[in-house]
Amino acid sequence: MSDLLQVTDENFDEEIINSNLPAMVDFWAEWCGPCKMVSPAVEELAKEYNGRIKITQMDVDGNRQTPVRFGIRNIPTLMLFKGGKVVKTIIGAQPKSHIDEELKKLL
Amino acid sequence: MEDLIIIGAGPAGLTAGLYAARSRLRTILFERLTLGGQILTTDFVENYPGFPEGISGFELADRMKLQAEKFGLEIQNQEVVRLEFFPKKNIVVTDKQNLESKTVILACGATPQKLGIEGEDLLIGKGISYCATCDGPFYTNQEVAVIGGGDMAVEEALFLTRFASKVHLVHRRDKLRATKLLQERALTKEQIKIIWDTIPTRIVGKNGVEGIELKSVKTDKVSLLPVRGVFIFIGYNPNSALVKGHMELDKLGFVLTNNDMETSVPGVFAAGDIRSKLLRQVSTAVGEGAMAAFAAEKFLER
Repeated sequence: MSDLLQVTDENFDEEIINSNLPAMVDFWAEWCGPCKMVSPAVEELAKEYNGRIKITQMDVDGNRQTPVRFGIRNIPTLMLFKGGKVVKTIIGAQPKSHIDEELKKLL
Repeated sequence: MEDLIIIGAGPAGLTAGLYAARSRLRTILFERLTLGGQILTTDFVENYPGFPEGISGFELADRMKLQAEKFGLEIQNQEVVRLEFFPKKNIVVTDKQNLESKTVILACGATPQKLGIEGEDLLIGKGISYCATCDGPFYTNQEVAVIGGGDMAVEEALFLTRFASKVHLVHRRDKLRATKLLQERALTKEQIKIIWDTIPTRIVGKNGVEGIELKSVKTDKVSLLPVRGVFIFIGYNPNSALVKGHMELDKLGFVLTNNDMETSVPGVFAAGDIRSKLLRQVSTAVGEGAMAAFAAEKFLER
């Protein structure tokens, strides 16, 4: 869908749980309109926070295990991780400024 | 100073922008998420004239955007956070800048109404949804409940039958409000079971939705329907917080306008779902967007 790093069920622990940097995962799917609402903002934020926060995407269509692991049943869902733990969950399409505010708290 | 600022890039705002661009008004259209508005949440638009095969909400919105940009419309991805209205100008404050404009069109649309029952806020993201196209696939081969009786509820219930093993459509009356064609489809679909004269009173579940408590409005009898997902389509709330207290709204908060889309503030117009009106559709939003832009142009010529 984009230039963003796509995480999978296989590499989730390596890329997110064991990441040195705080991380955010944008759970999306092709058939989800509001997910497309959020993606441009997420891509911009990825550039802005490059090197400070790892911003990634996960296609829930091809990756069924991770959403179940975190109890995700609605998309778009943005999950923010620090030290391998979930520190914030943002559900539904939100404007970029709201997401930015939450990312700032991670630093 | 701009000639016109349009707030919201759903069908109403995009059409207003198209007309304003062609009229060579100095216009900016602000959108805080992405273009398209509520049609992005629907799988398929079947009743917008000109598309006998139907069209996806996303594609329709994209086409509207391309058309407006072709004529030079400027669209900026910013959230309008404050509005101040004065006789000769309007101040529009976004999350990035302060601007002034001679006219404003409010095309901010509406957001889904919540049930306001216990468990709803707690279980958001964990089985409570207001968007079937987003979340339907999570319920493959499971049973879900849909709350509502209008077009949206029935359409989305039909959409959900692609995934769910059974869709329980819960409606508080003994007759659906939806378009007759949609009713026909729902009543003949095996997977849809309609529960009449019933309201939801509580959504239950610990780490996710496990069921929904229902109460008959006729007998007061309470029962628990075990479902893993609850989809709520009971109506819309206008996105009119920006103008509350600044102009006349109806008792539900929708913006009151005359036939020319004029609000109670001179130079400020409204189009689309945010307006107080009988029918909220893409087709009406588009017509109102065009009218509002034209009315704004006439206002500027005065």
